[in-house]
Amino acid sequence: MTSGVDLSRPQAQTVGSDEDVVRVRQLVRTVAVAVKLSLVDQTKVVTAASELARNTLVYGGGGTVEVAAVDNGRRPGISIVFADSGPGIADLELALTDGYTTGGGLGLGLSGARRLVDEFDIQTAPGQGTRITITKWSR
Amino acid sequence: MALSADESGRLAGLLTSHVDQVTQRWTEVVAGQLRGRLSQAELRHQVQELHRALVDALGKGLTDLAAEEGTELRAVLAEVSRGQARQGFSAAETATGVFALKDALLSVMEADQSAGTLRDYVAFGTLVDQMGLFTFESYVRTRESLIADQAEQLLELSTPVVKLWEGVVAVPLVGTLDSARAQVVMERLLQTLVDTGSPYAIIDITGVPAVDTQVAQHILKTVVAARLMGADCIISGIRPQIAQTIVALGIEFGDIATKASLADALRHVLRLTGVETGRRQSRREA
Ligand SMILES: Nc1ncnc2c1ncn2[C@@H]1O[C@H](COP(=O)(O)OP(=O)(O)O)[C@@H](O)[C@H]1O
Ligand SMILES: [Mg+2]
Repeated sequence: MTSGVDLSRPQAQTVGSDEDVVRVRQLVRTVAVAVKLSLVDQTKVVTAASELARNTLVYGGGGTVEVAAVDNGRRPGISIVFADSGPGIADLELALTDGYTTGGGLGLGLSGARRLVDEFDIQTAPGQGTRITITKWSR
Repeated sequence: MALSADESGRLAGLLTSHVDQVTQRWTEVVAGQLRGRLSQAELRHQVQELHRALVDALGKGLTDLAAEEGTELRAVLAEVSRGQARQGFSAAETATGVFALKDALLSVMEADQSAGTLRDYVAFGTLVDQMGLFTFESYVRTRESLIADQAEQLLELSTPVVKLWEGVVAVPLVGTLDSARAQVVMERLLQTLVDTGSPYAIIDITGVPAVDTQVAQHILKTVVAARLMGADCIISGIRPQIAQTIVALGIEFGDIATKASLADALRHVLRLTGVETGRRQSRREA
């Protein structure tokens, strides 16, 4: 369900198919609107979420996404966690290089998503899965 | 507060001591209204479920539906109205399913004068009213989200390729461009280019809510394929927020012409063809 999202707690969405990636986008859009992000920032965070959720699906072998409305005391924002227990990323610097892809993509998902948000944190290691947290604050 | 503590206790007593009569009459009244659109078994189950939740809540001392003791009862009411909203029952039908409890209470209290006074009946009625209104609200919320879901699904439908002008075809992309749809769109566009012999194709992305790298890659592949067939593509409908996002992602459309609107794209093509016509004319004159 896309409307009537409860902002008081994080909303979880499993990612196991292309439709789930669409659901993630819709959920992120709903929360981004609710925390009053500008249209440009909504589009940026939805697009970043689309990239990372697809990576979770394609490279992580599926996983979960958690979307939360947050507040740092001064501004509201949206925080999203993408987690999978896939192969992890051995060379993070390489993976974050523009144009680097092991899957025939454009290789701009990780690096681009990092540029689209205010905070980008990634925890990954070979065999340990990947966990990425992004945050976008309203201005 | 809908009830006093005493009234709450008496209602619990009445519902428990006359459980069969109440649920029986309640079911009858609702069945009469729904005229067989809900199976007898489903209906009885629903009524029993509500009856149980109501007795439980009153047992905890419920005097107002909005109170802490009403949590379970509200959940059951919300569940019932969600189910009915999804099955296409009207808001009134859903709420009267709850209001029917009043009829049931009335017939029980008429038959057994010791079950409660007129004052009790009125007090019980206010709680039933709260329950009915709550059901109504849950129903409306469910319908709203159903409508929102359907609107999203409509957006995901595929789009046609149209001949916009002599020599110009356009593909208005609407909704999500996943791999499967991108393939369909590309095939249709290429087929239309063959059928119409058009040298120009406009890919309009006004209706695409987010252009991520996958969407961009699909568009780029389509443009390359069209080029191989001798047609030039223009991408239109790039709204400001999409333009900024594309730039931040680092996507480059290279030498592909991009325009803000479909009208701009068509004007661009017409100018190009106009120049060519002009050149041909001047050649003829020469
Ligand atoms: N969740 C993940 N698990 C494992 N590897 C990943 C994950 N996300 C990204 N990668 C690796 O990082 C590379 C770059 O990702 P990205 O920038 O999104 O480009 P693309 O998706 O086009 O390949 C991927 O090709 C993949 O090798
Ligand atoms: Mg990617």
